[in-house]
Amino acid sequence: MKPVERADRPRSGPLDVVVTGLPSDAHTWNLVFIQLLLEDLGHKVVNLGSCVPQDEIVESCCKFEPDLLVVSSVNGHGFNDARPLIEAVRSRWELASLPAVIGGKLGVGGGEQEQATELMRAGFDAVFQDGSGDRPGFAAFTSFVGSLAVTR
Amino acid sequence: MTALHRRPRSFGRFVAEAQARGALVVQPRMGFSDPALMRAGLQATKGAADAVVGTVTIDSYTRVGDEPSAVRALHERVPLNGFPITSYSPHTSAWVLDGVRDAAFPVQVRHGSARPQGIIAALARLGLDATEGGPVSYCLPYGRTPLLDSVRNWQESCEALAALRATGAEPHLETFGGCMLGQLCPPGLLVALSALEALFFHRAGLRSISLSYAQQTSHAQDREAVHALRRLAGDLLPGTDWHIVLYTYMGLYPRTPRGALDLLERSAELAVETGAARLIVKTTAESHRIPTVEENVEALRVASRAAARHVTAAAPRADLADNPVYAEARALVDAVLELDADPGRALLKAFARGLLDVPYCLHPDNAGRSRSAIDHDGRLVWTEIGAMPIGHVSRRGRRLTAAGLYDALSFVQRRHDTPQTQEVAA
Repeated sequence: MKPVERADRPRSGPLDVVVTGLPSDAHTWNLVFIQLLLEDLGHKVVNLGSCVPQDEIVESCCKFEPDLLVVSSVNGHGFNDARPLIEAVRSRWELASLPAVIGGKLGVGGGEQEQATELMRAGFDAVFQDGSGDRPGFAAFTSFVGSLAVTR
Repeated sequence: MTALHRRPRSFGRFVAEAQARGALVVQPRMGFSDPALMRAGLQATKGAADAVVGTVTIDSYTRVGDEPSAVRALHERVPLNGFPITSYSPHTSAWVLDGVRDAAFPVQVRHGSARPQGIIAALARLGLDATEGGPVSYCLPYGRTPLLDSVRNWQESCEALAALRATGAEPHLETFGGCMLGQLCPPGLLVALSALEALFFHRAGLRSISLSYAQQTSHAQDREAVHALRRLAGDLLPGTDWHIVLYTYMGLYPRTPRGALDLLERSAELAVETGAARLIVKTTAESHRIPTVEENVEALRVASRAAARHVTAAAPRADLADNPVYAEARALVDAVLELDADPGRALLKAFARGLLDVPYCLHPDNAGRSRSAIDHDGRLVWTEIGAMPIGHVSRRGRRLTAAGLYDALSFVQRRHDTPQTQEVAA
């Protein structure tokens, strides 16, 4: 019998992205900004908002099957909350290879590089630290997203 | 009866008396987990200006009802971002207030909780009776507590607070609805939410209420908004002692000391021009970190002096409320109150149908179809109204880009940090 013919998923085109804050972070303007940034690039965003319980982030990833998970946090507790989150994400077989990144103001000062390395080891594909300056520097983030859209 | 005699005169009366003698009441945001520091902060602000209200801001663990984490932090001597009122013994909290709070210095407890019952009980045990919040404004911007739960929690809390009237007190509650998301919410919706929360408080039995409004991007539009709020309060709150409380700009704050003080002074002038009785100040440190006690004292002095200098000719007239902000707020309030005789249920139905829709608010119970922007005159305008009954939008469909959003968020900061544009702004 002839195998069922299936169309390839387009190799380029919009990514489905889940954007989320962390359980203890009530900030939302950062999440709105990231959503618009991704939409400006033509991608589709589900924004989970602020103070999302860890289980809900994991379940949302299983439900929406995104091409990318973006975590943003600015209250300084990011390192503490993000590590158990990414471990929970990676413990699900469906999400083992989901590209996942985190950015923002993740610590309260000092030791950022070591903690970023630790988050990468725990399962994040990239960590974007808050740059100082007039405008938030998102060049590294957008170029990561761009590479993902091309190589998918 | 000793508790009765020790109880200072009511919060509302203190504010009314200050307004009657032409003094703007100024108030800081301030909360420390160290009782000695909290007490010292209250003492320092007490003498800072002619008419000052003290603030005890609650920490974020207590706000979300996570007392174990608050207690753990206290044991490990980790400083919190506020005073954990439900975790300290009443004895400790009473010591913080003892001899500080008196007839000339009322103290308000500020928190941000969608589950405030424990906080209300704790402040009542201390003989305090003034706080702030609201079923919508303390829910939608902060996380994911369902609006249904928040309305129920706030109903219980309002009733508990109103029950203090039986002790001879006149408990006071302030709406936070005029400050939703801090920035980029057009004034018509801010005014409507503040008025609707005030009505919610009134229906639950409170008779001393303040209605908040936060300074936004346009001085002219802000004037219209406060006049609109006064008119709605007059209509909706019969037999009630009420006043308007203005908040100095709550968005991205100027980074230069000059720009920060300038913005603070504009807000004090706005309060005087519009008959707002109380002002919650911001400091020069706002854009960098949590301000010190000294910085708060400076801000109180600057605001109080700016208000005293800025004497207006006549008291605000009622017809000043015939303006576009009032028309929009009135349309929203009327549409909501038609939905149900009970204000809490009316608010729930309104959000479920998108008749109230806060722009850029990510809460699951907010429709999320509205969008706003800043126009060429610096006024906040709608670019999408979703299902809100406020007419049509001419520039529909032109949503902000990420860069456009960032420019809007930092609009006021740039205007006040850049000297050459300050003249235009004023």
